[in-house]
Order: sequence, then structure tokens, then C-alpha cells
Amino acid sequence: MAQTTLMLSGLEPLIVTSESNFINIGERTNVTGSRAFLRLIQSGDYESAIAVALEQVNGGAQIIDVNMDEGMIDGKEAMVTFLNLIAAEPDIARVPVMIDSSKWEIIEAGLKCIQGKGIVNSISLKEGEAAFVSQAKTVKSYGAAVIVMAFDENGQADSFERRIEICKRSYDILTEIVGFNKQDIIFDPNIFPVATGMEEHNSNALDFFRATKWIKENLDGAHVSGGVSNVSFSFRGNTKVREAMHSAFLYHAIEHGMDMGIVNPSMLEIYSDIEPKLLEYVEDVLLNRKAEATEKLLEYAETVKGSGKKKTIDLSWRKQEVNQRLAHALIKGIVEFIEEDVEECRQNHERPIQVIEGPLMDGMNVVGDLFGSGKMFLPQVVKSARVMKKAVAYLLPFIEAEKGGKIESSGKILLATVKGDVHDIGKNIVGVVLGCNNYEIIDLGVMVSAEKIIAKAKEEQVDIIGLSGLITPSLDEMVHVAQELEKAKLSYPLLIGGATTSRVHTAVKIDEHYSNGQAVHVLDASRSVTVAEQLMGKKKKAFIDEVKIDYAKVRTQHEKHLKAKQLISINVARENRAILKFNSETIAKPNRLGTEIIDGISISTLLPFIDWTPFFQTWELYGRYPNILDDSIVGAEAQKLFIDAKQMLQKIEKENWISAKGVVGIFAANSVGDDIEIYSDVNRTKTLYTQRTLRQQTKKAQSQANFALADFIAPKESGTIDYIGAFAVTSGIGINPHIEKFETDHDDYNAILLKALADRLAEAFAEYLHFEVRSRIWGYAASEKLSNEDLIKEKYRGIRPAPGYPACPDHTEKIGLFELLDVTKNTEISLTESLAMTPTASVSGWYFAHPNAKYFGLGKVNEGQIRDVAARKNEDYESIRRWYSSILV
Amino acid sequence: MEERILVLDGAMGTMIQRHDLEEYDFRKGAFENHKKPLKGNNDLLSITRPEIIKEIHKAYFDAGADIVETNTFSGTSIAQSDYDLEHAVYDINYQSAIIAKEVAAQYKDKPRFVAGSIGPTNRTASISPDVNDPGFRAITFDELKTAYKAQVEALIKGGVDLLLVETVFDTLNAKAALFAIQEVFNEMNNELPIMVSGTITDQSGRTLTGQTTEAFLISLSHMPLLSIGLNCALGAHMMRPYLQILNKIAPFAVSAHPNAGLPNAFGGYDESPEQMAAQIKEFLDEGLMNIIGGCCGTTPEHIQEISTLVKNYKPRKY
Repeated sequence: MAQTTLMLSGLEPLIVTSESNFINIGERTNVTGSRAFLRLIQSGDYESAIAVALEQVNGGAQIIDVNMDEGMIDGKEAMVTFLNLIAAEPDIARVPVMIDSSKWEIIEAGLKCIQGKGIVNSISLKEGEAAFVSQAKTVKSYGAAVIVMAFDENGQADSFERRIEICKRSYDILTEIVGFNKQDIIFDPNIFPVATGMEEHNSNALDFFRATKWIKENLDGAHVSGGVSNVSFSFRGNTKVREAMHSAFLYHAIEHGMDMGIVNPSMLEIYSDIEPKLLEYVEDVLLNRKAEATEKLLEYAETVKGSGKKKTIDLSWRKQEVNQRLAHALIKGIVEFIEEDVEECRQNHERPIQVIEGPLMDGMNVVGDLFGSGKMFLPQVVKSARVMKKAVAYLLPFIEAEKGGKIESSGKILLATVKGDVHDIGKNIVGVVLGCNNYEIIDLGVMVSAEKIIAKAKEEQVDIIGLSGLITPSLDEMVHVAQELEKAKLSYPLLIGGATTSRVHTAVKIDEHYSNGQAVHVLDASRSVTVAEQLMGKKKKAFIDEVKIDYAKVRTQHEKHLKAKQLISINVARENRAILKFNSETIAKPNRLGTEIIDGISISTLLPFIDWTPFFQTWELYGRYPNILDDSIVGAEAQKLFIDAKQMLQKIEKENWISAKGVVGIFAANSVGDDIEIYSDVNRTKTLYTQRTLRQQTKKAQSQANFALADFIAPKESGTIDYIGAFAVTSGIGINPHIEKFETDHDDYNAILLKALADRLAEAFAEYLHFEVRSRIWGYAASEKLSNEDLIKEKYRGIRPAPGYPACPDHTEKIGLFELLDVTKNTEISLTESLAMTPTASVSGWYFAHPNAKYFGLGKVNEGQIRDVAARKNEDYESIRRWYSSILV
Repeated sequence: MEERILVLDGAMGTMIQRHDLEEYDFRKGAFENHKKPLKGNNDLLSITRPEIIKEIHKAYFDAGADIVETNTFSGTSIAQSDYDLEHAVYDINYQSAIIAKEVAAQYKDKPRFVAGSIGPTNRTASISPDVNDPGFRAITFDELKTAYKAQVEALIKGGVDLLLVETVFDTLNAKAALFAIQEVFNEMNNELPIMVSGTITDQSGRTLTGQTTEAFLISLSHMPLLSIGLNCALGAHMMRPYLQILNKIAPFAVSAHPNAGLPNAFGGYDESPEQMAAQIKEFLDEGLMNIIGGCCGTTPEHIQEISTLVKNYKPRKY
């Protein structure tokens, strides 16, 4: 048998000889390459994931590449589960598996699941010779072939010389030290994108071809593979050009000896069917035949997207007004007229800097949006950046003249591709784009350690640190950088970017470890400017606040999603209850016990307590008050709405449209297990009501408790008496006739406005009453002085959870609360059959005064707990079950 | 091996059955108070009735076998767990090796070898025993590896000359065995020749877990094996097409130890030594073989016929 034969197997053999046709490796069972597949794995829909694999094999894939490298999934578990499942599908299992991961533990777990001879993708000299030898030996023991990346301690090979140098060295080690079968060695000499707009990428394809040829001629027995779609990365979104590029690339690569590759067969045009003009441009680019090759291909790409009609030079845009012309020039990357347009614009503005801040930035934001939605390609963004640079350059002398000195940079930004990663295209683009916007860029290059990043950031006193990475392990490294920053008590804003990064990962994994500073995910290069701008100067705090709130939300959602499956039993949860200290410091003796009716509260008393942010949310205007009023997109709309709201509030007050009424009570209480017993007096003479609280059942990380509200009240067995408050308020009395009047007039706008304002007033009432309770009625914080903002952020002692809300989703508790305070008689609020309060502008809830009492989301609970609650309530489980359906798993 | 075709022994189980053993024979001395019934756990006989096992080895050597297999087909902790005898694994393998070597040492006419028999266990790492849960596995690669290591270590300490991973119905199990063997070799700083023999279950030409003969060979070729071959399930005649495939592509010696035909309605095997030899003659005429012996239903009489037959043939070149 020929020495050059690579023999692989699934249930059936796959024999690769020098006479074999190109071996097509399916790429769709790869979470890093296929969003659809990632979604299936993330949602646990393995049935559909298997269908993807089957489709691939039926579609002609001779090997399937399986990759589960994603920061948000357990890659090892997903790899094992998937491989075990496809082993049971003979139509899939007939082909060999390529176990693809940048994590060694995932590779090894995968190797333990395949009975055939598969391929490991990949190992390399990246971490040095010792690790390489040890991994190669293990691969050999499991009986797999191996892909070796052209990668060494100094990084990824990006030239012909580096490629062959690393491949030769790897080959020698494998054959001489490890004793690897030489025909089981497959090199991946790195397929990199071409036509990126960066000159140093021009020979990427050609270098690959040459290296392939060299390997086949000089490294006896070895094979060559690669991930083909990478080459056309710059044209994502433009299928026609990409298909042509893939086919032409393969055509030449195979000519040079490439044996196999990761290819999406549906993304291939037949070589001979490629339009001759397109083929010429594509080959000019691949073979780096002409200096203007990229430019020409880009121009061509323009003509084939959308309608596909040929473009003639159209100067009609010159007739538009100047701001639109600037935007057009930026989007299209036209530098021709930029100076005259900028000059015209400058004369319209009071100060030259306003041209940058206004029309130019507006144009760049459009570029960002288009790029983000895949409607613009990387090189075009770089071209846009060039136009921007030119415009800024033109304005600089004017700005300097105005200041009488030289222009200051917008800020200093450190950029680095993190340790273990060498991908820097994205980072370089970010550098260009930010540079164009007058930021001073300190680029530390690739494979930069956390120590180096931190040392340099301190030394240069940067304003922002930007981390980039493409491969999945980089995500962990970014987490590490954040942890190191935290340890060093530094607070640089941390921008996170790169293909595998995500908002969710940034929020859940990175930001979580960085309480001193703020990690911000930046979707793409063009957005870096807007983000950087907001992180500089006076907008910084507001922006960070906004991101913090957003990320907290993301984390909660993620947790909800994740923890839904991992419930612990109620008994185990109880053992992990929150243990609070109960003593004279934490138990505040109320000024008085019993109920008090609150009446005659004026609207103007409540106004300062209004939290406006949810008001805007009601109108689908997202953003935090007051920043939302200046928001570039929704600001104008928000301002209009705000004015209308203020006017209506005046009317409400002047014309007495609605009146507010409430009742509050403070009682002696103790917890008994998960129950809170509420007593007539401190001697526990009579139990007025027993509140049944629900306990979190999600599996908690160490040192985190499974909370129930009962934990915030001193246990009866402690012998110490504690207290609880209850309240119900409404600001909706008398509202109905007014709403009906608006509705009859078909004035929905004002009807909704009035309802929304009433809701806000009710919440404000609750906030006001809580303040009254703290300072006067209960009186444990008599001297409290907080701004409205602090009130909204709940920076005070004690909480007021409301039945039906996250901490106590149990609506049935309203019944007891209403009886306890005789709410309906005292306030005119009543409960509907479904336990909703009318008027709707009402709030009811409990007061807990313990300094460590905090809001928590109950999350999901299991049937065991609800049966337990039913027993405690002396009710039948089946009859009360429906009240808990939304929280039952 | 370049000069002649080696002869492997025949069935162990078939020979043990001739003795009509009772529960007591399986307990004698070592396991008298064991709580579970032990009858049928043939590997224990190396400890409780070693004279019977020695006698069988002797019968095969007398019939002309070059290699006998130790009585350790079920000598892994996984197989023994059915009897709650995981703790007996070392003794089973060590004693079985010792007694087989004892018998071999009595022959001075030609070199006689003892192969440590390593069975497939009764669980598969590649397929789920539960139709409704195809992703489930009753055993993992690591569990198999651990079990095999214990067996291999005891066999080597008992002095076997080579190792025979046989009746491979799941290649992943066999890969775990080879992985374990390699680890033991490294730890003991000692290497023995390894034979691997798979089982093609029927005329589909595939292993139980679905691999073709060729895929089976490719999946296990990463180790420098002494031989690769087929055994069990089929009689010699039906095994032939698959041996032809191995002959064509195997870079190692090729072995076969077929059953004495297919089982009859009572689970017995009917093929006479002469009938079997006639079929094996076809292999030999085609030059397919390096090592040949018998599996289920074969007896010293069968092996006698085979050893006489092979004297006239040259081994396969590879």
C-alpha cells in the first residue's frame, strides 16, 4: 500500500490517496461556524442537531467536523452527547469524525467516544514542544489522525516562509520523536482572508498555495487541509462573490496539492460557471496579481449585491444638501469631494469641532449600523474610516487655530489581542477606525498577557482598554484580564470585541468579575467610536449606569434560562436558607404598632418620588431617564412625551381628576420555617395571619443562600420578637370617567398617557409611603436623606416586596394582606377574581426592615414546594396549583 | 512466523462443558462462602479446579497448537461484576497465566506460547442498551480502560508471552483495551506482541457496532500489532470473504479462529474436524493466513486436523 495513503474510518473506511478527489469536510456541525447549529445545541435540541449532521453527510460530506467551542455552553458535555448520539445513526456514523476544538480536554473527551479512526483538529507548537509532543502521543494512543496548525510559540504563520518553517519543524518532531505515522499528519497552513483592504493580507491566499505545494513535495506522506470559507470573510453577506472565491480558491489549492478542506458545499459555485469577469477579479485577488485587485473586486461586489444591475457612475448625490453628501461620502467611501464638503459644512457651523461631532459622526454611525447588519463589508468600513480621517485632517488646523494650540486627542486607548490568540484583523480595524476619530491608539499586538496589558495601561495612563480575540479560549482569557484588573483595583473601562465575544458572555462572565470597572461588549469596529466617545468625559457615568442595568438584566435572564433545569428539593433549599443576625441593631422596634390610613395626599407630594424610566418604557422608548431626553435616536420623541406628561400631571392636580389613598400597618412577627406569623401584639397573644413565603430552589453557587422572605424575620424559636409591615396604596380613585372620556373622543394617546401616569403615581405613592414608614411610622431611619435617584436605586434600609412580583410571585398572599389591613374598606382597592387589584393604579406589599433584607427573584420552583405550601395552607394541591403555574417548572 | 503458519488452540468453554461441573467446582477452596451462584463463571476454574484447565491446555498442545489462550475471557472487573467478584480479577488472570505457562514449559519439541485472552466484556462503549435513549452508555472508555489495565497487568505478571484482544464486537472497547495495554507497557517498561481479533456477526460483513471489516482494521491500526484477525460468530466458510479483505490491506499478520460452523438448534456445534479442515484448506490455498485456530465448538481433534494441514502451507507474506 502506498505510503501516502491516509486511512480513516467511521463505520466505513475512507481512504485518501494521492489519486483521491478532494475530500469534503462538512462544516455545519460547528457551533463557531454555524449560528443555527449553535442555537440547537444551546437549546438542547439534539434531535435537530443530528438532522444537520445527517443532511451534511447526505449532501456529500465525507468527514464531519464537530466543534462545540462556545463560551456559553459546556463544550465537553456537548461534544460527548453529540458524538454518542450520532454514533447511533448509522447513516451519519458511517463517515469519520473530525473532533474540532481549541480545548484539549474537549478533544480528549471526544476521542473517547468514537470507535472509528477520526481526526483531531488541531494541535500545534503554540504552547511549545513539550505540550505538542505529549498531545501528539495521546492522539496516537487513541488511534486518530491529526491536523497540525502552522502555529508556534511566536504565533500563527502568516508568510510562506513561516508556514513551511513551522510545518517542517512539526513534521520532524512528529515523525522522529513521537513516532506518528506520517500519513496520519495533516497540515493546516492557515487560510486567511484576502481583499480585506489591508495590504499585508494581499498575499494570504498565494502564500497558502505555495506552502501547500512545498509540504506535498518535501514532507513525505503528509496531507494538507484548511477552512476555506475564511478566505472570503471580507465579503460576508455577498453570496455570489463568496461562492466564486471559494471555488477559485479550491481550484488553485487543489492544483497545489490540498487534499481536504472544511467547505460548505452549498457555498460553492462550479469553477467553470463563474462569470469570466468575476473570475478574473477573484483570481487577481487570490493570486495577488494586481495592485488594484481588491479595489476592482469590491467594485464588482457592489454591482452584484441587491438588484445585481451594473452600476454607472452616478453623481446625482452631489445635488443633496451638505450633511447628506457627507454621509454619502462616508458610507460609500468616496474621498473625492470630502474637503469641499467639509469646508462648506464648517462655514455653516459655529465651531469646526461641531462638524466632527455632528454630521461626520452621524455618517459613521450609519456605517456602523450597516456593517453590523452585514450590509457593508470590512474593507468598505476601512474606506469609510479613511474618508473620516481625511475630513478630520482637513478640520484639524481650524480646530487648532481656534484653540491657539494643538488639538488634544479624544482619548488614549490600549488595544490588544489577548494571550493565546493571534487573530488581529478585527483589532486592527478598530485601531484604524478609532485613530480616524482622533483617539490615540496604543496597540500591543497579539498574544498579549494580562500582566503586560495592565502594566502598559498604567504606564501610558490610558482611558480605555480594548481586548480582542477570535477563538473561544480567548473568552476565558478576557475573563482572566478582568479578574486581574479587579485584583489590581483598577477601573479602566474594558471594551470586549471579536467574533466569538457576545453581549451575554461579556455580561455574564466578564463584567461579573469586574466590579471596579465596566466591561462593555462592542459588536463591531464601527461601533467602537460611539462606545469610546460615551466612555470619555461627562457622559461616562450615565453610560456606564445604563450598561450596568442592561447587563444585570442580561445576567438575570441568562440565569433564569440556565437554572430552570437545576432545581434542588425544597428541603435541601431550606438547609441553605439565608442566616441573618437578629439583635437590637438589626431589629428596629417600631414607634407604634397597628394600622394607619393615609389620605389626602396631593399629587405634588408624590411628584418627586416618580421613577420616569419605566414610564418611557411603556411607550417603547428605551433608555434611562434623564439621559433618554438627549438620546440621539429617541431623544426628540422622549422630550415631546415628557412635556405632554408634565402638562397632564398639572391638569390632574388642578382639576382633581384622581385621588390617592392608602393604608399601612406594622405588626409583631416571627418566622416559623418558611412561614411568617403575624401577631396582634409583642406577646404573640393572637396570630392575625400566617404568611406563606416561597423559597428559591435554583441550585446556588457556594456561599449563596436560597432565599425566602421568611429569612428576613427573626425565627420564633430565637425567642426574639420581630416586626413586619404591610401596605396598600392607590392613586387611581376616580380615574375611570376621565379615561372613558378620552376613549370616547378616540384619543387613545391621552387615555394611555393618563393610565401610565396613574401607574407611576401609585408607584411613587408606595415609594413615598415607604419613606414615611422608615422615617416616621416605623421610624428606624428618622434622619434618612436620599435624593430621588437614590430612592429609585433603593439605596435605603429595608425592602417592600409586592405579592405578584419576583420576590413573592404568590398572588394569593394578597388575600391575607387585604384582610390584615382591611384594605378594601380603608382604601377602596378591591381584588378581582384573578386577584388583580382595581383600580389598576394600586400597589400592595410587605415591609421588611432588616438591614440585610434584599430583593431577590424567586425563580422557578417545583411541585414539591407547592404541595408543601398547600399543606401549610390547609388547601388541596390541585385546587391551588393554578396560582403557581407561572413559577412551576 | 515468516517460516510457518502458527496454530492457535480451540475452544475452552466447549472442553469445560465435557466435565459436567457443579456449583461446588466453581467455589472450591477460594469462594466457598460467596453469596452469589458462581456456576458458569469458567474463569474461576483456573483457581478452583486448575487441574481441569491444565488438562485442556495440555490437550491442545498435544494436538499441535503453538499458542494456547489463558482461561481469562471474562477476566475483567466489568464481566466479573455480574458475580460480585471484581476483587478476584487479579487472581483469575495471574493464576490462569501461571498454569498455562506451567503446561507450556513441559514441551521441548518446539516453542509453545501462552496468549493472555482479553475478552470484550459484556458492555459496549459505542451503543446504548436503551433504545429510547441512544445517547446513553452503559460503560465509558475510561471505565473500560481501567478494567483492562487491571487484567493486563495480572496477565503480564503471570508470565504470558503475548496478549490477545479477542471477540471484538465494539471497536471502541478494543481501542480502550489497546490504550490500557500501552499504559501498562509504559508503566512496566515491558512490551509484548499484541494480537487483535474481531467478530463479524453475520453476512452483513459488519461488527456488532456496525463497522465493516476494513473500517475495523483501520480503526485499530495505530498500534504495531502482531496480528489482526477474526474469530467467533461465523464458521470458517462464512468468514472467508472478510479474511480476504484483511489479507488485502492488513499491514500485520492475519489470524482466524472460526467456530465449528454455526450453532445448531440446541446450541451445539456440529462441524467435524474434517469438515472444518476442508474449509480452512481454502484459506490456505489462497494464502490468506498467518495464524489459525478454533473458537466455539472446536476441540483438540479439530486443532489436530488443522495443525496437520498447515504443515503443507507457507504463511501469508505481509
